[in-house]
Amino acid sequence: MSGSGLSYSEQGGEAASELAQEVVPTATPSAPAAFGLFSSDTKKNEDLKQMLESSKDSAKLDAMKRIVGMIAKGKNASELFPAVVKNVASKNIEIKKLVYVYLMRYAEEQQDLALLSISTFQRALKDPNQLIRASALRVLSSIRVPIIVPIMMLAIKEASSDLSPYVRKNAAHAIQKLYSLDPEQKEMLIEVIEKLLKDKSTLVAGSVVMAFEEVCPDRIDLIHKNYRKLCNLLVDVEEWGQVVIIHMLTRYARTQFVSPWKDDEVMEEYSENNFYESDEEQKEKDQKVKNTYTMDPDHRLLLRNTKPLLQSRNAAVVMAVAQLYWHLAPKSEAGIVSKSLVRLLHSNREVQYIVLQNIATMSIQRKGMFEPYLKSFYVRSTDPTMIKTLKLEILTNLANEANISTLLREFQTYVKSQDKQFAAATIQAIGRCATNITEVTDTCLNGLVCLLSNRDEIVVAESVVVIKKLLQTQPAHHGEIIKHMAKLLDNITVPVARASILWLIGEYCERVPKIAPDVLRKTAKTFTNEDDLVKLQILNLGAKLYLTNSKQTKLLTQYVLNLGKYDQSYDIRDRTRFIRQLIVPNEKSGALSKYAKKIFLAQKPAPLLESPFKDRDHFQLGTLSHTLNSRATGYLELSDWPKVAPDPSVRNVDVAELAKEWTGILGKTKKEKPTEKFYSESEEEEDESSSTSASESDSGSESEKEDKEEGSSDESSGSSSSSEESSDSESDSKESTAKKISRAAAESDSEDIKKKAKGISGKRSPSNSSDTESASSEENSSDSEAESDSKSDSESGKSRNATSSKKEEKTLQDRKAPNKQDVFLLDLDDFCPVTTPVAVPTAAVLSPSLTADLEGLSLSSSSVIDLKKQTMFSWLWVSLRMILVSLLYFRIIIFEGKLKIAITNVGCLRAPPFCQCL
Amino acid sequence: MIHSLFLINASGDIFLEKHWKSVVSRSVCDYFFEAQERASEAENVPPVIPTPHHYLLSVYRHKIFFVAVIQSEVPPLFVIEFLHRVVDTFQDYFGVCSELMIKDNVVVVYEVLEEMLDNGFPLATESNILKELIKPPTILRTVVNTITGSTNVGDQLPTGQLSVVPWRRTGVKYTNNEAYFDVIEEIDAIIDKSGSTITAEIQGVIDACVKLTGMPDLTLSFMNPRLLDDVSFHPCVRFKRWESERILSFIPPDGNFRLLSYHVSAQNLVAIPVYVKHNISFRDSSSLGRFEITVGPKQTMGKTVEGVMVTSQMPKGVLNMTLTPSQGTHIFDPVTKLLSWDVGKINPQKLPSLKGSVSLQAGASKPDENPTINLQFKIQQLAISGLKVNRLDMYGEKYKPFKGIKYMTKAGKFQVRT
Repeated sequence: MSGSGLSYSEQGGEAASELAQEVVPTATPSAPAAFGLFSSDTKKNEDLKQMLESSKDSAKLDAMKRIVGMIAKGKNASELFPAVVKNVASKNIEIKKLVYVYLMRYAEEQQDLALLSISTFQRALKDPNQLIRASALRVLSSIRVPIIVPIMMLAIKEASSDLSPYVRKNAAHAIQKLYSLDPEQKEMLIEVIEKLLKDKSTLVAGSVVMAFEEVCPDRIDLIHKNYRKLCNLLVDVEEWGQVVIIHMLTRYARTQFVSPWKDDEVMEEYSENNFYESDEEQKEKDQKVKNTYTMDPDHRLLLRNTKPLLQSRNAAVVMAVAQLYWHLAPKSEAGIVSKSLVRLLHSNREVQYIVLQNIATMSIQRKGMFEPYLKSFYVRSTDPTMIKTLKLEILTNLANEANISTLLREFQTYVKSQDKQFAAATIQAIGRCATNITEVTDTCLNGLVCLLSNRDEIVVAESVVVIKKLLQTQPAHHGEIIKHMAKLLDNITVPVARASILWLIGEYCERVPKIAPDVLRKTAKTFTNEDDLVKLQILNLGAKLYLTNSKQTKLLTQYVLNLGKYDQSYDIRDRTRFIRQLIVPNEKSGALSKYAKKIFLAQKPAPLLESPFKDRDHFQLGTLSHTLNSRATGYLELSDWPKVAPDPSVRNVDVAELAKEWTGILGKTKKEKPTEKFYSESEEEEDESSSTSASESDSGSESEKEDKEEGSSDESSGSSSSSEESSDSESDSKESTAKKISRAAAESDSEDIKKKAKGISGKRSPSNSSDTESASSEENSSDSEAESDSKSDSESGKSRNATSSKKEEKTLQDRKAPNKQDVFLLDLDDFCPVTTPVAVPTAAVLSPSLTADLEGLSLSSSSVIDLKKQTMFSWLWVSLRMILVSLLYFRIIIFEGKLKIAITNVGCLRAPPFCQCL
Repeated sequence: MIHSLFLINASGDIFLEKHWKSVVSRSVCDYFFEAQERASEAENVPPVIPTPHHYLLSVYRHKIFFVAVIQSEVPPLFVIEFLHRVVDTFQDYFGVCSELMIKDNVVVVYEVLEEMLDNGFPLATESNILKELIKPPTILRTVVNTITGSTNVGDQLPTGQLSVVPWRRTGVKYTNNEAYFDVIEEIDAIIDKSGSTITAEIQGVIDACVKLTGMPDLTLSFMNPRLLDDVSFHPCVRFKRWESERILSFIPPDGNFRLLSYHVSAQNLVAIPVYVKHNISFRDSSSLGRFEITVGPKQTMGKTVEGVMVTSQMPKGVLNMTLTPSQGTHIFDPVTKLLSWDVGKINPQKLPSLKGSVSLQAGASKPDENPTINLQFKIQQLAISGLKVNRLDMYGEKYKPFKGIKYMTKAGKFQVRT
């Protein structure tokens, strides 16, 4: 630290004296930094104050720049607070910004004075310039003054419905700030989060999910309705948001879908349950699981939509996708991430470090994933040691019968490395390979024995330790090697190695009966100079020899025990006492000494040579906790797969709700407000109804959607009675909702159109595949009034169809997938609401090809239609017509479960698009 | 997320600090200094250091440690990648990212950092957007600002921030419209003692410098796009189009940017453009060793190999080296034991060589490993993978841009084991 005084060029010697205070820069406001120009502190600050109070902007700016410089260096500038805060309302934007910087730094310490600035922010929050609104909100929420919590809350609420997505993004950030300032606001904040989660802007998505993770990560229910939207928006979200969203969705998916890891994983799980279940039961269950598993389409959607992100330039995004695939994808698909992860290895050292750690964990469980990339993990002499050891770890994990010979050759070069720490790690790696792959155990052992004559002590010591472990696992051929090692004892000085050799000789003393006592003799001589570790092993050796060969070694052992008795280390004295009591029979020792031999020379289990990454897999990959291998604060556990998937229908989205949001974003302010109020009522209704439908089946909510469709259409066409009745008869329970919404929908024409369009697009594919057509199609084709009248009814008929055939729904979702592409090219904000009402279409455009199509389709779905078939036929056809008509005006892009309409330019809407759409 | 940022120079001084949430005391860096001490070299400082209340994530670039302080769980790569982005931004703004530069421009640095993060979450990291918010300092602008009193800070939200193409600013105007693309490939290879290739990979990038008026929509197609099977794109590239047609279609950012980077993996055959003949031996008996290296071209497709530079880390036992090069200059640093030989161009008729003797420490045993040789070289007008750009088309604007493409092959981590 002392050198820093020199580096601060402008302030000369005085800086050095302040360094002590810099350590806690916030503590003492008394001695601020001094510039070299001025002799005393007070004078300098006076000067700055004067500059701040001058009428010239340039002087103020200069002063502020110097103050920011002080802050940057960690000097205390809090004394200037009153002078600075006056300039918060400055017209000069740069001064203003610098004052903001100052405020964020010091407002916490000078809360009372900071309040002076609040009114300026409040005014700025209403500024027509969105950048000023946003930055005012940023500062207001960053100054951490508890008194203004209510003001912040209000500002956040207001900003969350701001027209500018940039301001809304800042609102999402402010949520976290307010939460950390006052956790009691949680409930209110969750409301705002809920609202912002519905936001369609890609700009907001990442930030609000971040806020969600911070404030209420357990409120998974807030995600349901937005799940599909988030999946679909993901590609367009900015990269940092992508990371956060992917991590959140990983957690979400683990609670909502059943495990795609069919075979092995399930087996494992059941084998654990062995205790309680008979084998037969297990088998039954196994089979059941195997037979019935089909991936939830939403699960598939997530996997499909994250895949392109593997191509991201941002390493964090790639890693996030990789961990998502690791935790969520079927095992056969997880392999696609390895290529991208290997690509990241060419990045910076820090990125390499994290990625290699994750690969190490992955490679333990699924070797196959990285086997083709084995050579990418070869070590270069210029790699930093931590990278080298990680690569070595991965190479060891990947070793198998096929590649072990190449690997061992590679390891040979590593052993010779100048980086001795790495060489030692390599020897351990060889040991692990030897235990894991029995074919090469002998080769490895021989190689390690050769290393014993290496000149480098560390290498030899490490080899001894590894050989010891290997011999323990391979108790077949010791003699020669132990003799060789006994010879080495004279030269080796590394304690661990000496201890290992002594232990080996003691353990197998019966196989080297001539050498063992001699070794004891030698070591007894040097006992006093040995390391504690070695001393303990000498005692051990003595005890074992005493028990097996007491004739030769009795005196020697007693000598060693006496030496130990007076050793400086209490550990050794303790051990000596213990051993003496145990092996030397006397009247006090009792029965235990009879078993001394059994105790000392019991068969010991071989040590397991395991990867240090073995136990890391219980942390989610790519997290800080995984990197540290310990739980970091705020780590969110990844739950196990549920046995039975929760109701998937919760993710279905109501169309009406969507339409509302659309106007919320697109419409003009004046228009927006009344509709919003109006809708907020109906929204509640929707929520209720959706919750009831949630308890029903998938199809339940589907039909509900239809009901709303009905309502909207009949009001707009002006003939409500007939359709209302029909809807009554078909779905009583939802009648009331439908009515309310229909009233709401009548509010504006444009909305209506959109809704219809959505309904249409939603039903498009089923109508293609399953809808019926009455014989009277020709008659109806030109009758546009009849169309609009009957639309609703026929739609409800369709919903019937949907109810009865779940399969169709799936095909629907599948079909939607390809369409989704279009969305990326169009930004949501580009769309403008179409205000022209639906014009009467020309029937000629529709008829010939279409009728043919529909006729064909009618055959397929005839089985599905129930009792009311007869009456419904005509309605259905009419509604279909209606759909097609509106298709002429809208180019519709289906956005998964939720529907998104892109109304492209009117010019291209003439004739061809409708054919394309179908 | 990111609480604070400390910038620490090589001598261990904290020369800049920035807090996005409550102030974290500087003393937290003591844990970092401890770890730094434990790791002998700067490169070995672990990127993630846990402390009792915080976690320190650091990045080491340009001899400066960028240490981010975080308090709770966050994907570590998120922070690391962001720190690298900060460094890139500084470089973009000031040309070089050095301690002196940062200190001189501390106000701009502070303003930029303020815009990049809000409450520790990245807000604007796209250089086009940042430059609109805070204009990079140039001499001209400083002069103009002092005279007119205008500022470096933009008062409008950058147009990019809200548009579909956030990376491009609107209203771009140039008198000369030009688009240049550099295809740069780096060979990472490990060559065996006997000269056979153990592993070789190509790491390629296409860097672009696009100065085009308006909102041009470019498409770039390749003669052999199949080579690119492991690619990462700038966000501007339309992924779907690439998937279906193997054509790069994009609205470019203004100025310099990296369009894509790709990786040709070890499984493919990679041509190695140079070879090294070496004869390095130490004898046990005498304290002298022999040293001889010759570098020659191998598969260069008729192009000359330039900028050749040979470096080698000698074993500790080496005292000095007396060498004579047939061309170029060589330096042996007896302290770091680093030998470097600046060869220059390789003339295939007269291969450059470096011969001489090595004197070892008296009494020391001979080193058990020969040093590895690191090689650097450049080959102009050649992409070693064989990648070729077919054509560049522009849509959406009327004028005719000037187009240019350049190929280059370089050595990445090119090592020869001896």
